[in-house]
Amino acid sequence: MAIVVDRRLGWLDRLYLPGIARGMWITLKHLFRKKVTLQYPEQRWKFPEGFRGVPALVKDQEGRVKCVACYLCQFVCPPKAITITAGEMPGNKVEKYPEEFEINMLRCIYCGLCEEVCPEQAIFLTKEYEVAASTRTGLIYGKQKLLEIGGVRPDPIMKWARK
Amino acid sequence: MTQPPAPPALDAVPAAALASPSRAKVQDALKSSQEGLFLTRLDQIVRWARKNSLWPMPLGTACCAIELMATAGPRYDIARFGAERLSFSPRQADLMIVAGTISKKMAPALRMIYDQMPEPKWVIAMGACAASGGMFRSYPTVQGIDQIVPVDVYISGCPPRPEALLYGLLLIQERLQRASR
Repeated sequence: MAIVVDRRLGWLDRLYLPGIARGMWITLKHLFRKKVTLQYPEQRWKFPEGFRGVPALVKDQEGRVKCVACYLCQFVCPPKAITITAGEMPGNKVEKYPEEFEINMLRCIYCGLCEEVCPEQAIFLTKEYEVAASTRTGLIYGKQKLLEIGGVRPDPIMKWARK
Repeated sequence: MTQPPAPPALDAVPAAALASPSRAKVQDALKSSQEGLFLTRLDQIVRWARKNSLWPMPLGTACCAIELMATAGPRYDIARFGAERLSFSPRQADLMIVAGTISKKMAPALRMIYDQMPEPKWVIAMGACAASGGMFRSYPTVQGIDQIVPVDVYISGCPPRPEALLYGLLLIQERLQRASR
């Protein structure tokens, strides 16, 4: 049994003007509210700790590249964005270092698994997030670029100095 | 046969008609191009108009579309860059924002939408999936929409923040300022 609702409008509703006035009143009220718009290129958010931006390699306070090319991040990376080529440093305690360290930012999904898995704390997710280019090759970041973004993170333990 | 009209001599341009900071710029433009003052200015006006009235075609197929919607909202307000008119018909759009995973079944539709857009047109590949296939390294997913349509700007992220999309838009605007295509 269908319920028939009487939807016929009264003469005031058919005039439409009170309805428009009510709507414009709401618009007018919003005009004097606090503005929420972020003026983007000038203003930025302050991101909380743990914000996941661009992954980048870091150096310690002595300027040594922390990465030892263990391939764990390359192995764990879900979209397989990381490509490492290891090199050898004979006579050095560390022995292994990344000759090439590429992150394909087109593939990267900013999941942070590389940071979690890294045993040397050599790769971190930075607060950088504006990554765009007009070519594909422009978004494949090499070792130099990644170190530039990452900068220096002091290492309190310095285990390679004592080994 | 009559000779084509020679470009106006530089001295013929009244100095008072040009604003002083841009005078050198205009003279450079006059020297480099064979167009007269009027056409050079017209070209710049057309570029300025195109740059500030990009009408995006939102091709949202996945979670990037949510960020695309957030960009159009009041907080990030894509209207500040003149691109608030998200056109749901490709025939009235000139900037395709591909936001999301494009499967191989979707690819012909993507191409059709691109072909329906009138020239001049630009394409933004927003997010990892559209730019390269992202984490979907699998048989049904297109590994980057540049296999189907020419892409002007790739934006990294999964999904990119609204600011990153605005950054990509600014890149396109900057390119438009420099060259008409």
